[in-house]
Amino acid sequence: MKKIVILGAGTGGTIMANKLRKVLERDEWSITVVDKEPNHYYQPGFLFIPFGIYNKHDVVKPKASFIPAGVKFIINEIDRVEPDKNTVYLTNGQILEYDFLIVATGTHIKPAETPGLVGREWRKSIFDFYTHEGAVALQTFLKTWEGGDMVINIAELPFKCPVAPLEFAFLADEFFVKKGIRDKVNIYYTTPLSGAFTKPKSSKMLGELLQEKNIHIIPDFYLERVDDENKKIISYDGREVKFDLLTIIPVNMGADWVARSGMGDDMNYIATDKYTLRSEKWENIFVLGDASNIPTSKAGSVVHFASDVLFDNLIAAIEGRPLIAKFDGHSNCYIETGFGKGSLIDFNYETEPLPGTYPLPGIGPFGLLKNTRINHYGKVMFRWIYWHLLLKGKELPLESQMTMAGKEL
Amino acid sequence: MAEKVYAGKTVSVTDDGYLTDPNQWTKEIAIEIAKEEGIELTDKHFAVIEYIREKTLKGEALTIRTIGKSGMVDTKGFYELFPGAPLKKASRIAGIAKPSSCV
Repeated sequence: MKKIVILGAGTGGTIMANKLRKVLERDEWSITVVDKEPNHYYQPGFLFIPFGIYNKHDVVKPKASFIPAGVKFIINEIDRVEPDKNTVYLTNGQILEYDFLIVATGTHIKPAETPGLVGREWRKSIFDFYTHEGAVALQTFLKTWEGGDMVINIAELPFKCPVAPLEFAFLADEFFVKKGIRDKVNIYYTTPLSGAFTKPKSSKMLGELLQEKNIHIIPDFYLERVDDENKKIISYDGREVKFDLLTIIPVNMGADWVARSGMGDDMNYIATDKYTLRSEKWENIFVLGDASNIPTSKAGSVVHFASDVLFDNLIAAIEGRPLIAKFDGHSNCYIETGFGKGSLIDFNYETEPLPGTYPLPGIGPFGLLKNTRINHYGKVMFRWIYWHLLLKGKELPLESQMTMAGKEL
Repeated sequence: MAEKVYAGKTVSVTDDGYLTDPNQWTKEIAIEIAKEEGIELTDKHFAVIEYIREKTLKGEALTIRTIGKSGMVDTKGFYELFPGAPLKKASRIAGIAKPSSCV
């Protein structure tokens, strides 16, 4: 019996388990999935919790219900992998050997990396919304907050879902307007980037939206520490921003077991061939999504598109054929912009987000880099698609490869 | 793309002033680009620039964080050497491409 071990039962690991179990013979291949968490969180939904649009139960389901029959699911922490021995060690002493390993253990916030962040103000006036607990705590806080300086900060690049802090800013603006306290709230958006976003066209469009909504952007702000006594954040070049409420995207890093195994870089991301998605060092290890160091967004849409390529290449490797499927870095993100509208960006390694229509050229229905109602509904519908189709590895009517059709240069 | 003369040598640069070919770089060019950024280069600057060139030309993607952990200079020191946007300024002076943060 040959063995595939999948580390991580998030978006990527779950999709791969479903795809592989469908095609690999059960009497020839065993598939085992390991994850430390019993719950599957719909992470795009965390954004909506602080504002009471979703509540805490709207984004959680048991991981086990998405793992197909015929796949062994172990809930336990990974201690380490010894890639030269093809072996995974779990913290409970269990040992798993593999012929092929898929790493999909993602990226996680590490608030302790920033001095002063996890102190007496943590989850009192300082919140994250990248964890279930953080988003729920912020919801409770915002119910009674009467206003002041709200500072949004991105501590480090790269981080998961690069549009989320912008969406948070837009939704916060709407929330305070509807609450009738917008005039009592100053919103500051502090970012290590030089503008609202990375690439020129989208940065301009999103920067203008921030301005329109009276959200003050403070660019090139690289966070050194938080002074929780005086409630201010301080950058490496000595700039200080005072806050009454700090919403932060803490430093993101890959899983701890990657560090314990000596398999990653200093952010615990694993060096991965950006086209084949195979580890640069080990021929029988593939890396899917946020856990890898490929130069595209850390986001669920990337994982979804990349899973098609990884699947083709893993089957090729199993059959001893060359790995010919190539990932193009395709990413596609809905951006909530507040008041029932949304925008959409679609891009890859080579092409920056451009205006146009998606997925049908000239028709849409979604508008790229446009601010429309239908884009917002796309995001709303996506939660259903995620639970019912995407995780189960079913075909969606979207191409893995990005296309230039429908884009305006 | 445009051409520019630094230290008597013609080099091609991008719209935002980064050398397109790191092999055209010389220390003299670095000194002149640094002047445009308002920086007087010291040995410490050159040590960091050489490090950034070496790593980047090997294909490693550098961040402010990796440089701060490199042992060459800590993050605060890096900011003192190249105030404001250290990685962008240092990359430009080092004659390598503008650092691109992935979306």
